[in-house]
Amino acid sequence: MSTVIQKPLDHQPPSLPPTQSVRLTINSQESHFTVAPWTTLLDALREHLDLTGTKKGCDHGQCGACTVLIDGKRINSCLTLAVMRDGADITTIEGLGTPENLSPLQQAFIDHDAFQCGYCTPGQICSAQGLLNEGKAKTEAEVRELMSGNLCRCGAYPNILSAIMEVMDKDGLIMDTKEWSAGGAKPEMDPINS
Amino acid sequence: MNSFTYARPDDITEALREKSIQVETTKFIAGGTNLLDLMKENVERPTRLIDLNRLPLSQIEELPDGSLRLGALATNADTAYHPEVQSRYPLLNQAILAGASPQLRNMATDGGNLLQRTRCYYFYDLATPCNKREPGTGCSAIGGYNRIHAILGASAECIATHPSDMCVALAALGATVQVSHPTGERSIPFEDFHRLPGNTPHLDNNLTPGELITSIDLPAKGFEKNFSYLKLRDRSSYAFALISVAAALELDGDRITDARLALGGVAHKPWRDQEAEALLIGQPATSDTFRRAAAKVVEGAQGQGSNDFKIELAKRAIVRALKQAAEMSEEVNVNVFQNSNP
Amino acid sequence: MMTTDYIGKPTNRVDGPAKVAGTAKYAAEFNVPNLLYGYVVSSPIAKGKITKINAEEVLALPGVHKVFSHENVPSLAWFDRSYKDDVAPGGSPFRPLHSAEVKYSQQPVALVVADTFELARYAASVLEIEYEQTAHETDLSKHIDDAREPGGGKTGYKPPKSRGNFGRGWEQGVAKVEANFQHGAQHHNPMENFATTVEWLGDKSLNVYDKTQGAFNSQQYIMKVFGLSKDQARVISKYTGGGFGSGLRPQYQLFLAVLASLELERSVRVSLTRQQMFSFGHRPHTLQHVALATNADGSLSGINHFAVAETSQFEDFTENVVGWSGMIYDCKNVKLGYRLSKLDVYTPLDMRAPGAASGSIALEIAMDEMAEAAGLDPVEFRLRNYADYDQEQNLPFSSKKLRDCYHEGATKFGWANRNPAPRSMRQGNRLIGWGMAGGIWDSATQPAQAKASLDADGHLRVQSGSNDIGTGTYTIMTQIAAETLGLPIEAVTFELGDTLMPEAPVQGGSWTASSVGTAVRKACQALGEKLLKQAQKMDESAFADATIDDVQFVNGQLRLRTDPDQAVVLRDLVQASGEPRLEAENSKLPGMLGMLKPAQYSMHAHNAVFVEVQVDEELGTIHVTRVVNAVAAGRILNPKTARSQVLGSVVWGISMALMEESVMDHRFGRYMNHNYAEYHIPVNADIHDIDVIFVHEEDDKVNELGVKGIGEVGLLGVAAAISNAVYHATGKRVRDMPVMIDKLL
Repeated sequence: MSTVIQKPLDHQPPSLPPTQSVRLTINSQESHFTVAPWTTLLDALREHLDLTGTKKGCDHGQCGACTVLIDGKRINSCLTLAVMRDGADITTIEGLGTPENLSPLQQAFIDHDAFQCGYCTPGQICSAQGLLNEGKAKTEAEVRELMSGNLCRCGAYPNILSAIMEVMDKDGLIMDTKEWSAGGAKPEMDPINS
Repeated sequence: MNSFTYARPDDITEALREKSIQVETTKFIAGGTNLLDLMKENVERPTRLIDLNRLPLSQIEELPDGSLRLGALATNADTAYHPEVQSRYPLLNQAILAGASPQLRNMATDGGNLLQRTRCYYFYDLATPCNKREPGTGCSAIGGYNRIHAILGASAECIATHPSDMCVALAALGATVQVSHPTGERSIPFEDFHRLPGNTPHLDNNLTPGELITSIDLPAKGFEKNFSYLKLRDRSSYAFALISVAAALELDGDRITDARLALGGVAHKPWRDQEAEALLIGQPATSDTFRRAAAKVVEGAQGQGSNDFKIELAKRAIVRALKQAAEMSEEVNVNVFQNSNP
Repeated sequence: MMTTDYIGKPTNRVDGPAKVAGTAKYAAEFNVPNLLYGYVVSSPIAKGKITKINAEEVLALPGVHKVFSHENVPSLAWFDRSYKDDVAPGGSPFRPLHSAEVKYSQQPVALVVADTFELARYAASVLEIEYEQTAHETDLSKHIDDAREPGGGKTGYKPPKSRGNFGRGWEQGVAKVEANFQHGAQHHNPMENFATTVEWLGDKSLNVYDKTQGAFNSQQYIMKVFGLSKDQARVISKYTGGGFGSGLRPQYQLFLAVLASLELERSVRVSLTRQQMFSFGHRPHTLQHVALATNADGSLSGINHFAVAETSQFEDFTENVVGWSGMIYDCKNVKLGYRLSKLDVYTPLDMRAPGAASGSIALEIAMDEMAEAAGLDPVEFRLRNYADYDQEQNLPFSSKKLRDCYHEGATKFGWANRNPAPRSMRQGNRLIGWGMAGGIWDSATQPAQAKASLDADGHLRVQSGSNDIGTGTYTIMTQIAAETLGLPIEAVTFELGDTLMPEAPVQGGSWTASSVGTAVRKACQALGEKLLKQAQKMDESAFADATIDDVQFVNGQLRLRTDPDQAVVLRDLVQASGEPRLEAENSKLPGMLGMLKPAQYSMHAHNAVFVEVQVDEELGTIHVTRVVNAVAAGRILNPKTARSQVLGSVVWGISMALMEESVMDHRFGRYMNHNYAEYHIPVNADIHDIDVIFVHEEDDKVNELGVKGIGEVGLLGVAAAISNAVYHATGKRVRDMPVMIDKLL
């Protein structure tokens, strides 16, 4: 029998951090709010600004569910502090489109059934938008590799790939002429829009 | 996560001054991708963060002697895709792109990459003893689950590995780290930057607490013709290396006139082996030569149980990486797969 | 062409727009006013007791409301039965914060409640707790001899039945194989962390937004534990970010959030961290032994399959690991055994294709070894041992198109071109291997209720308190309702995930399509009868003498089958009724009747999987470059969402075969890779070509809709087929999952 003490590494008296004001442009709207420095951008979006489309899957940069775009570049919003992004221009899934007015990627994700539970989906779509903005992926293999920062536990990867390839194809961004459908053969089904 | 205060200076002098006030409990933050991760695990508990992102250190520029200066705040993505890096240092491009994810590479900085801490499970988990986290408590990885742990240069106190891919290429290329401190500047050769654990495993590198990395300088010679970064891991992407090899060769016909060889995932620091390089130089670029160099690298390697396989794997990976570097053929690239559907 | 025929069509997900636009709200996303946040403190030790909790400093922090622990939890329900949920196995369920005793590592030991998430997290980090640690036992391999046959297992669990005389079959065999298999523990890890938001409505009345696969299961649990009435405990779960079984039982954050809300009389949210997602149920570490023998003609003369799995000290988690081995192939002499060993871990929990996923790895690798020993092609070997009836239950199959799965899968894959010799295919540095396997899974139907309501605008609203964990429930129920009442799909809304709705079972076991689908169909049919009655009230109604069989509901109309021109618009019927809407319910519980009668048929879905791997032999890397998964699962309600279910299953199979394992350091009794960086599941780059085939299978016996469910069957055989393909590529047989680099060097 032995004694184990669960305690913090430091032994400083507990204290609270000061708060400060932060200004963010989110989905083209300016937003001022006050937070302590320990608030991540992800928690600021979800808990302070009620923008819950951005998801928390791991809170450690290990899953990509929290992906948002800052100045058009994709990042993990769980690993940056809101105060560090003071003045930044942020796009979240809510800014890419609405259920009534979907972006091409959002529509392609529906048409290709590129999700099941939907929890990784906003991060996948923001990541895919970042991928399109970067313009580095030109082939199926490159899209797979450059979409590997977004886990999908439902395993919708083949459909995520084909959704993105379709959007890239329409935009003339694909280098290889190989049949791009991820399912070995393109599924023989046309979408029925509901 | 700890309670902390936050400051965002605009210049290096102010950043260094801020840091010097309570040098032990104040941390610099740049990309934040590892520091915030560790703060959420309560492994790092700074009381003050100095945000470096407004400092003018994100440039990538050529210096008069032909070397390339990577500003400490340049992101990993901007570095990998920089035209000079792509054309002159493709080994570095490959190594950076083999690490993390596009999102993380857009955040993580070059300076921060050097300061990544180990992925050792026990280091991350406050429920287990760890000499790196709490000196004197013991190393749980020894005798535990140590699949990702060191086979070279470890000590009885710590068998952690350095997790970076970028640093393996920087070690191979022979980069120099430029550092500022309140009273001046200094240069640290890359090989002297990171430390072996010895009996001070809580120290990852030789920076003193008040110092700030300002740039990483790449020597003019980039080995852009014959190079390979081979990374072996438990899935195809977005995973830390079990073994990685940065290999770079200069060839005159079949003869090797210069060589660089560094490994990741094997030691507490990016593991460059100049003795193995010496065994390559002047020799024909053949499998026999490569095998001799590989054998040299793992001389004295020691497994810890779950990572025993890495000794053999390291040898094979070195031979493969050198072969890839010598041949520069797509066909041998381990990460490119096509199905054989008739 | 009837434009309102939707069943069997690849309709896009009706919940798609909400999910891709980020407006679908999950449990932790209901930002109700004046919300407090709870953060869980987890035990660092695996066994012992808490001797001291020093909360003073934490409570002094402004904004910290309370630290809940065993020291201050009020008196709650006393008996074990109050803590038993619908899916609880036999034993004594774990009660959070119940006593000082620590039963497993990462057990929740305290909940800190504060004004903000960050403050609660910080306060939890400075809370000091002292433990007295005692020796724990977590290593199954050291406790094989302690294993015993389970006492009371889960509802529906039947101990495996042996038949014939395996000893004699083994003696008779001219070719034999015998081997041990194992896989470690695995955690479900749905993308959404477990969370509960409790909205305090005053007077112990709660709206509970819970991450669960069964709102009613959560409701029953909190009613019993906290003494709440049904009205006080409304549970809502409209969107669930993945389940895979993890949400079958109420998890401890539900208990903690409700506790805190009732005690503080405030709204409270408790979310688990990803690390804490390793602190409850998991697929158990399982060791297996399989022995097979064949006669000279390649027929199986004996099957022996024995499994030992871990369970907790407090519950006997059972699953059907070995029973399938007595069912899928034709064999007279079958010996089956299943035992549990009690360890200081949390109780395991059903995880996608529980039991079968584990058992099929051992059986189907052994079948591959047996085929080789018998000198037969693996497909041919299985065809020779094809079971035409269920020998375990001695019943005919309601339908079984596994033969078609073998044929269609093999054809699509190009199996005929396979050289049977290991190491016979190579491309550059890589060895290529082709392997196959198959599987079988229950087709069950559970009691479910539904309600249908047509309003005067012609909009149909159908409800059943089921769940959609990503399986497509919203979509297929909308299709069934629209087709049954002949309405355009845009005019139909299906709602689920609320205990105010008619009751439905937990979403699991691949039974939702059949159970809730049948309920939805019956509710809509009942509404159809009401509509017919209304039509008959019209002056000179053409429907005056018509029975329900004489009419059809098509294109928004009710019409006579014999004279389709005699039609009336459904909307007009509601308007004519003078009521704002016409409603009907299916309150009869489908399946209840059937459950009383002895089963007449064995009802199962089957599959056959063909896999290509490429192995870099020097470096030990494996890529699954091609998969063909042929599934026989009755009628496919929506080939698009069904295909996604099978694609996901293949990804799961690749994960089981090559990556997934919760690695425990037995010195600490603790899973060490408890995060998403070190617990590997596939990323996009790991997944290559996957073909899904649904073979044509009609079944009028399994249920009214003829569906068998496809959430689980697609996973079966995938991991075994990969291991078999690795053998074909390299000549190395790996029976210890996952097959990682070191096992091939």
